[in-house]
Amino acid sequence: MINTSRFIIDYVISAPFADGALITIAVSLASLLVGMAVGLLLAMLQEIRWAPCRIAAFSYLWLFRGTPVLFQLIFVFNVLPSFGIVLPGFVCAVLALGLNEGAYMAEIMRSGIHAVGRGQRQAARALGMKDRQVMRYVVLPQALRIIIPPIGNQFIGMLKLSALVSVIAVNDLLLVANQTASANFRYLEALSAAGIYYLAMTTVLMIGQAVLERALRHRRRSAIVRMSFSQRLLGMVVNAGSVR
Amino acid sequence: MTPLLKATAIRKSFGTTEVLKGVDLSVVPGECLVLLGPSGSGKSTLLRCLNLLEPISSGSILFDGEDIARAGKKASLVRQRIGMVFQNFELFQHLSTLDNIALAPIRVKSEKPAIARQRARHLLEKVHLPDKPDAFPDELSGGQQQRVAIARALAMEPTLMLYDEPTSALDPETVGEVLQVMQELAEEGMTSIVVTHEMGFARRAADHVIFMDAGRIAHEAAKRDFFGGTIPDRVARFLGHVRQ
Repeated sequence: MINTSRFIIDYVISAPFADGALITIAVSLASLLVGMAVGLLLAMLQEIRWAPCRIAAFSYLWLFRGTPVLFQLIFVFNVLPSFGIVLPGFVCAVLALGLNEGAYMAEIMRSGIHAVGRGQRQAARALGMKDRQVMRYVVLPQALRIIIPPIGNQFIGMLKLSALVSVIAVNDLLLVANQTASANFRYLEALSAAGIYYLAMTTVLMIGQAVLERALRHRRRSAIVRMSFSQRLLGMVVNAGSVR
Repeated sequence: MTPLLKATAIRKSFGTTEVLKGVDLSVVPGECLVLLGPSGSGKSTLLRCLNLLEPISSGSILFDGEDIARAGKKASLVRQRIGMVFQNFELFQHLSTLDNIALAPIRVKSEKPAIARQRARHLLEKVHLPDKPDAFPDELSGGQQQRVAIARALAMEPTLMLYDEPTSALDPETVGEVLQVMQELAEEGMTSIVVTHEMGFARRAADHVIFMDAGRIAHEAAKRDFFGGTIPDRVARFLGHVRQ
């Protein structure tokens, strides 16, 4: 037992595990950003009345929501090279996870944009703003405050989803743990070390999200009292009972 | 005097429902025109058509001598010169009072931010809210929000102001402060078209009164004749209702 915990601690503080965790964070963050950009684009496409735009957006959603993300990951990694496009594993990972994430982010972006009332757009237009300006200066800044909590959730989800990239030889936390263990068969220790990293990362994200939500709540238009899991967690950890 | 705005034979349909059935209206510079009438008579729609927030089905709108009804992409340029105040204020929730007022001059007219903010402060004094530059909309009462909304519209230095039931969403005790500001503006010579149910305001500030019913102008007269002269039964009945 002492031996086991010694091994776990050694793994946790070892360079390969720390690097693996960094790769996991890098893949997740990059994929999330790609996903947000793609999601915003898809959301805007759906706002345009011209049918081809909406059809394009719909086809994208259909494609990426209708197939497993693991399939997309392997597809990008193995099929692109046969078209002469050889990308490093990391780029493939971000591409596949980001494009997939975009399909889900689109819905979040869309709900954020729609939550900004028609009257706000009308008021902006009445001041002489063009549609693009209305979007940029009035709708998006307000939508952002609405979508930050769900985006936080997506980030946490992405951190966990990123473990899939180990199948395309990206040296993320899970691959490091798996490889370390297969060298000496100390699966319990290696995977526990990885688990500790995952929990630490998701916990930090949840707390960060709750703090952000609390800071933003003051400026939120509709005072919907709905506590997310992360808020309840924070309430438990920091000051039990005083989270409004 | 040449009218600042002259609308002729305005028709507007939503689907198969015709909301405006050929409305003529004109307002000369410095005049305050009040539109009265029961709900659903088309007053608000007419106002929205005048600054091109709603496209008209047929008719013509001359503003400052030019036909704006088919302005197309130039509509936003026209709206820069026509201020509008909404029933629900529609202040931008993510911006402070001062930024609400300065946003359009900065973004639409490319005014220097420092100058725009300075002018915004003057406008706040004008609407009797000099001490609220940093307040956010949700920290203000309805009457205060509506006065900020008036200042926001004035910031674009419009030649015509449109008020769409500006006091209908207000507590009775704050109605007066908003009407006060509107009346002061009218007395300074701001040309305005006001949709309202406030007979007191019509009596005090209007030069001309139009009574609309079912998408048509049912009666139209200079203020003195409207409230003093002989009026059609339909109008008398409406006025009677309002007085009670």
